Amino acid sequence: MELDLPFIWAGIIAFAVLAYVILDGFDLGVGILFPFFPEKHDRDVMMNSVAPVWDGNETWLVLGGGGLMAVFPLAYATILPALYAPIIAMVIGLIFRGVAFEYRWRTRRAEYLWNWAFSGGSMLAALAQGITLGALVQGIPVENRAYVGGWWDWLTPFSIMTGIAVVVGYALLGATWLVMKTHGDLADRARDLALKCSFGTVAAMGIVSLWTPFLEPQYLERWFGFPTAIFSVIVPALVLGCLYALITGIRSRHDSRPFIAALGLFVLGYAGIGISFYPYMVPPSMTIWDAAAPEESLSFLLAGALVLVPIILAYTAYSYWVFRGKVDPEEGYH
Amino acid sequence: MFESFDATLLARFQFAFTVSFHIIFPAFSIGLASYLAVLEGLWLWKKDEVYLELFNFWKTIFAVAFGMGVVSGIVMSYQFGTNWSVFSDKAGPIIGPLMGYEVLTAFFLEAGFLGVMLFGLNRVGPKLHFLATLMVAIGTLISATWILSANSWMQTPTGFAMNEAGQFVPVDWWAIVFNPSFPYRLTHMVLAAYLTTAFVVGACGAWHLIRKTAPRRARKMFSMAMWMAAIVAPIQIFAGDMHGLNTLEHQPAKVMAMEGHYQSHPDGAPLILFGIPNSPEKRVDYAIEIPKLSSLILKHDLNAPLAGLDTIPEELHPPVGIVFWSFRVMVGLGFAMLGIGLWSLWCRYRGTLDSNVWLHRAAIAMGPAGFVAVLAGWVTTEVGRQPYTVYGHLLTANSVAPIAAPAVAASLIAFIIVYFFVFGAGTFYILRLMARLPRDPMPELGEGPLRSSGIMPGPAIHSSHANIKGGHHGA
Repeated sequence: MELDLPFIWAGIIAFAVLAYVILDGFDLGVGILFPFFPEKHDRDVMMNSVAPVWDGNETWLVLGGGGLMAVFPLAYATILPALYAPIIAMVIGLIFRGVAFEYRWRTRRAEYLWNWAFSGGSMLAALAQGITLGALVQGIPVENRAYVGGWWDWLTPFSIMTGIAVVVGYALLGATWLVMKTHGDLADRARDLALKCSFGTVAAMGIVSLWTPFLEPQYLERWFGFPTAIFSVIVPALVLGCLYALITGIRSRHDSRPFIAALGLFVLGYAGIGISFYPYMVPPSMTIWDAAAPEESLSFLLAGALVLVPIILAYTAYSYWVFRGKVDPEEGYH
Repeated sequence: MFESFDATLLARFQFAFTVSFHIIFPAFSIGLASYLAVLEGLWLWKKDEVYLELFNFWKTIFAVAFGMGVVSGIVMSYQFGTNWSVFSDKAGPIIGPLMGYEVLTAFFLEAGFLGVMLFGLNRVGPKLHFLATLMVAIGTLISATWILSANSWMQTPTGFAMNEAGQFVPVDWWAIVFNPSFPYRLTHMVLAAYLTTAFVVGACGAWHLIRKTAPRRARKMFSMAMWMAAIVAPIQIFAGDMHGLNTLEHQPAKVMAMEGHYQSHPDGAPLILFGIPNSPEKRVDYAIEIPKLSSLILKHDLNAPLAGLDTIPEELHPPVGIVFWSFRVMVGLGFAMLGIGLWSLWCRYRGTLDSNVWLHRAAIAMGPAGFVAVLAGWVTTEVGRQPYTVYGHLLTANSVAPIAAPAVAASLIAFIIVYFFVFGAGTFYILRLMARLPRDPMPELGEGPLRSSGIMPGPAIHSSHANIKGGHHGA
């Protein structure tokens, strides 16, 4: 049997994007929550909780981008021009919040500036990612291997809604991460924020889910036609289960359960999008097979990815293991 | 027509601007990562605290530079799609997997171990920590390997076919990765990164030797840097010459522009030292030239004929003025580096390496030389590749995304403002960090954990610099 390489690669890219969303999601979320923690000491601890891992988390975004160019060049070449402004906004947000990790410790006088850069950049990046998602879901017109819309087409009420949903969702990931990684008053306030964000996130997921089927006939068919409609029952049920685990975890002051439940919400939301999308890479017209690179490209990179991705996961896990446990508030920066 | 030309020019300017900023950081961090590995290795081997202190000093600077490299690199990985989508669609099947391998083999390795290297010394112990430092250093070199393979393929494309959609399809990956200019370009760039770092470290050491703040540490780093300059600069000049001969074979138009050879010279071409290229008139004004030397350098024969740009259709000429000048800046700085290296050898022989203030001043003046030379070199090779993106096969004008000029202009302005602000601040912080070399330990204080923590300057938050010695301050 011939291997369906574009299908395998769609799975790998989907995995990379999901890994990015949940990993960078919590460290962007920590940045989004900065305004709720005005004390310098709290902010130092918050930043230290993600400083050793943020760079690795962001590398999944580079894999998403670089990988897309490698294996689905046509998708890369049409999505990015179509989403020009949000993509530029996202990278500019990531610049500000990325350099803040180091700059913030290099100055007293301008520390406030890099606090702003960290939280503002995180928020801008999250919003832009959410808008990108929404704009992709609502579809990108492609003709003759090129994007044919205007450069403001991405801006719709739906994409603004998904933008807000991602900001709230990342804030939830960030808050539950802080619950897991910090002590005392900081953790208590993170618990309070996590509770609010969990209702916000599930509400946003609900609104987006009710909206999505009416954007494209295909989505409507997927959601309410047999057999895929089964998922339309199962996924919301699992979402409610995660919400329950999240709230009871926060209430019972459990350290890690809220974070894991929040990850669950993200995985479910992501699966919901995946179910709507398949087999399209760029709705409404480009399938994963249309967008795929020649087989020689797919197989060349696949050989490496099958060996390297498990190794990457192993040493990434090691790095998280080294920095396991609560952040020591007395421990300084490097 | 006018509008599409405009958008292309803006997109080119945006790429040139963002990639120029980006290359500065890897050029520094490739060399610095290796230097850090050497310092930590020497510390573990010789148990001399001076190496650990230098390691901690340069580690903080590395962290700032590396952070800037990461974020400016994310911009690059998306810019191929936003501004050069047609190029991405056509060349993506070949360039994409090379970059994919760069991410999988290098970026994750660097990022995964960077956290341990920066924050983990007293969590994992010195041996594992050294492993993490090595992984970061190896990661930077692997990264350079893949990205230079990708760039070299765009300069000297081999191992491909075209499909009906107009895409470059890989036929022979070995020929693609090891394309004709790749070994030369990789060697030239890695040596350039080492030289760049050596001159930064040397300038920092010289500065502190003059200020007498921390003579032992300053002497150590200055001496190490000057060894690098003396050894690597001549190798680099040789490697550059080999690279030039390779370019002559595969991209003759680029060499014609570098040399300012508008006309063919059937019996021995002169080496134009300086002059002002005049492209409309097809001549170099006020040229100072040495007869037949160019033929000797490029063909190893005084009377060998050398073709000029007159043998190539005018629409395929690279911009001569830029390439001509950037090449001279690079070569001039290369020889200045060699001069410093030789001078340092002489001073070392005479025993005045630590006391020759003029050598120290010259080393300080040459501190940024590596960055300028790297930029000039890349301008030479990239502008010299024009008017193509994939040399001989895909024109730059046919690579650009269908984005309206105002959108490209707006993003260009945004990048210019953000980059000058963010990277200006970063450069300022790095310079300030370099100016604050901790004082050498006082001998009367003797050994013990108190010493290394007692001498650390700055706020308490920096105290983990020294925490390997006992971690006493954390409790």
